[in-house]
Amino acid sequence: MKNKILPFLVIVIFGIIFFIFYKGLEDSKIYTPDVNTKKEIPVFNAKEFFSGENVKSPSIFDPDKVYLLNIWSSWCVPCRQEHPILMNLNLDDKLDIIGMNYKDNLKNAENFLKELGNPYKEIFIDLDGTIAIEWGAYGVPESFLIYNNEIIKKYIGPLNQQSTDEIFLLIK
Amino acid sequence: MKLFIFFLFFILFFPLSILNAQENDKRNEITKNLRCLICQGQSVYDSDSEFANSLKIVVDKKLEEGLSEDQIYEYFKTKYGEWILYDPGLNKNTYILWLLPILIFLIGGAIIYKSFIVKK
Repeated sequence: MKNKILPFLVIVIFGIIFFIFYKGLEDSKIYTPDVNTKKEIPVFNAKEFFSGENVKSPSIFDPDKVYLLNIWSSWCVPCRQEHPILMNLNLDDKLDIIGMNYKDNLKNAENFLKELGNPYKEIFIDLDGTIAIEWGAYGVPESFLIYNNEIIKKYIGPLNQQSTDEIFLLIK
Repeated sequence: MKLFIFFLFFILFFPLSILNAQENDKRNEITKNLRCLICQGQSVYDSDSEFANSLKIVVDKKLEEGLSEDQIYEYFKTKYGEWILYDPGLNKNTYILWLLPILIFLIGGAIIYKSFIVKK
């Protein structure tokens, strides 16, 4: 009897370990951010892009309006692709687009806007990337849909037609 | 010669940079336990990516503000979730991770005890 329990136990334990490791293989090892949970927007101080004046975040975001915060940079190639979509989104009166210029050279950023147009109602500067971390972002481009001082939805990577449709739907 | 010895003593025994070093130690310890989210298999400490560099600045700032190590981890957890920490806490998603080694150890110990020690 004793001799039978031992192999059985060994098989069961190996089975459990195999199952756990097998499960572990299936899981993605790449960070997948939570894009749907609502979070309060962070409070921060930053410099305004054109004037260089200090701005505080509560003065940028009005609780009654819908905002799209877009993190962009002139050196980021996907931002260039995304730009026409932002210009298109800007046509909607219900939505204000706020820009966060991420780790950029100001001259290059200005040229970028001159070349492709400026969809932003207001732009502030994040020179060392710390404000982006306050927002829980980890790269460019990234966009946050904001209403009532809450992040409703997060878009990682460049916006596309599908996300534009979704934004229009959410605004209504 | 006397002057030289004086300087030697001065350099050897005067801990000029000790304060700064302590702060850096703390920062390194924290960033080693933070996962660089855009690089695979690297901690923030190891990485030189844009994201990791910004994170290091934030850790420095938080240390300056007087936050403790745990408070800093908590801060990053609310921003990026549990995934950013290399040392996850015990919760419903990680209990297998924590309990399995203990369980295996106990069962293994029981088997060894039964088959070798009791037999004797």
